[in-house]
Amino acid sequence: MDVLGSLLIGVSYGWVLFLVAVGLSVIFGLMGFVNLASGSFYILGAYVAISVARATGSFAAALAAGGAATAVLGVAMEKAFLKRLHGKLLEQVLLTLGIAYVVQDMARWLWGAQPMALPPPPGLDGSVTVAGLTLPAYRLALVAVGTVLGCAAWALLERTRLGAYVRAGVDDLETLKSLGVNTSAVFTAVFALGAFLSGLGGALGAVVTGVAPGMDFEMLILALVVVVFGGLGSVAGAIAGSLVLGVVDSLVKELWPQAALFVVYGLMALVLVVRPQGLLGRSFR
Amino acid sequence: MSPAFRLSPAFRHAPRGGRGWPGRAAAALAGGAAALVGLPLVVGEYGLGLLTEMLAFAVFAMSLDLLLGFAGLSSLGHAAFFGLGGYTVGLLARHGGFESVAGLGVAVLAAVLVAAVFAPLVLRASGAYFLMLTLALGQLLYGMAWLWRPVTGGDDGLSGIPRPQLPFWGGLLYDDRAFYYFALAVAGLAAASMVWVVRSSFGLALRGIRDNEARMTSLGYHGWLYKYAVYVLAAGYAALGGALYAYYFGYISPHHLGWALSGEAMVMVILGGAGTLWGPVLGAVLVILLRYEVSSYTERWLTVLGLVFVLVVLFAPQGVAGMLRRFSTRLGPLGRAGLQAQQAGSEAAVVAAPLRPPLQAAPGRKRAGW
Repeated sequence: MDVLGSLLIGVSYGWVLFLVAVGLSVIFGLMGFVNLASGSFYILGAYVAISVARATGSFAAALAAGGAATAVLGVAMEKAFLKRLHGKLLEQVLLTLGIAYVVQDMARWLWGAQPMALPPPPGLDGSVTVAGLTLPAYRLALVAVGTVLGCAAWALLERTRLGAYVRAGVDDLETLKSLGVNTSAVFTAVFALGAFLSGLGGALGAVVTGVAPGMDFEMLILALVVVVFGGLGSVAGAIAGSLVLGVVDSLVKELWPQAALFVVYGLMALVLVVRPQGLLGRSFR
Repeated sequence: MSPAFRLSPAFRHAPRGGRGWPGRAAAALAGGAAALVGLPLVVGEYGLGLLTEMLAFAVFAMSLDLLLGFAGLSSLGHAAFFGLGGYTVGLLARHGGFESVAGLGVAVLAAVLVAAVFAPLVLRASGAYFLMLTLALGQLLYGMAWLWRPVTGGDDGLSGIPRPQLPFWGGLLYDDRAFYYFALAVAGLAAASMVWVVRSSFGLALRGIRDNEARMTSLGYHGWLYKYAVYVLAAGYAALGGALYAYYFGYISPHHLGWALSGEAMVMVILGGAGTLWGPVLGAVLVILLRYEVSSYTERWLTVLGLVFVLVVLFAPQGVAGMLRRFSTRLGPLGRAGLQAQQAGSEAAVVAAPLRPPLQAAPGRKRAGW
């Protein structure tokens, strides 16, 4: 494949990574909750979408169901655990890892261990020829959707009142509460949104990456790499990190497949040494 | 030695637990030791394998607890050193023809050297950032083992690693039971030395730094230096666990360097109880038992394991160790012994008590290491 083709694969893959990573980054960086079940949201969204697509035949319904299912799980997690584990890093790791185990095992039970994929919607299953180049239509659509969602997430956090509440709540929760803001509802909303995007990422990504048990942890580690690249708690950082990782990963896989892992982690280590807070992260507190 | 390592007078008189405590601890220790020595004689080949794996992982989990529980450094890349230990003995035997038991020492040395290089990088951060830095460096080694196929065997790993040769007994350790007792001796020595470390003035200062680094700095302790030392030390112990594992099973793979195993070790520590050294041992035993025993009853063992994690966080946030401690404080006359045990568990709190102003943020928040 030519360079432009693998660039497109990289960018579209990058947007899928972004959808998983942005929830992790914002919840981790702003609310101080490390969610090792992010990858589980991805596979759950993918599996639910595949089942719904088989039942209804509608791609849009599949996407909505995938996102909604994980949003529900996310809200349940937030309501049940987040508050009482505030600031307790070790407990959060144990809890979310436990949930990730349960989700993976339940997914294996319900959907089996064989890899599954979501068929692309009619109209996007072929390829498009632009200026003499033949490009897969679904990948192009993925790039468009990802760009829209990425900009929307950035605007939501940086340019709206809800985003301002979230950022303010991180810096001084007590003051925000005393100003009459329902901080608990704000955090629930952010958590739900993060989970929704991860699930949607799973549904969208299931077309190109497929889904199988074990992929949850694969996506989690990639999302963590994105967060390291981009910096914690920054939507712009998550966008930059995802696209860099997606492109690097697909280019290296094209040129020297065995080295993909090493190059990705090596690059991550390099970023950490040169710029420990990530490319666009908030500075150390 | 720099003044940072000087023993401050306040620490020399740190209480070591009450009168009732040493007796009960000794009884528990004796019981545990008897079980460890006696069990291999009654369990079969399968049980022996489990026990040996538990020993290797107990050392590994304890070493991680030096970071998690005693220094407040949440590492998610500790398996890098476990795997490094395993790969070191594997490479020595497979490529160097070096089969002496001294391989254990070389493994520890290799991990210590790598940790000495990693430490300045990871110690630039704390809390969540530390978690990710350690993760990144661990995954770097993982990627390297994966990539460097001619030497490391790539994703197949190194198999057929021979057991080490003893100076006078030669190939005695080829016998599984003999190897178990050898591993028991090594793990016992490692555990004893770790207990000594955490009870030394070094360990106490470390806990002081975990609870309040600013105060320890103002007392003249060099916080960074202590963290550096404990990071390197923990790496050495982890490599010891990894080397024992690789010798017993004759196999090591990139999986043993990766973050999944780091996470599992973290679970062992938290499940058992971070901040006590016997907690991680208990955690290692429980996780391995759960993994192998539950899997023989139900295919859904991962769900059971996950639910256990969730339940522990909800109902026993201090791990099994904390649960036992709370239980023992309720036991009337024995209650005092339990309370003193609790103090012994966090001597730093006792030491820091007179220095601590009456108003302070909840200790739970500080402990999390953010």
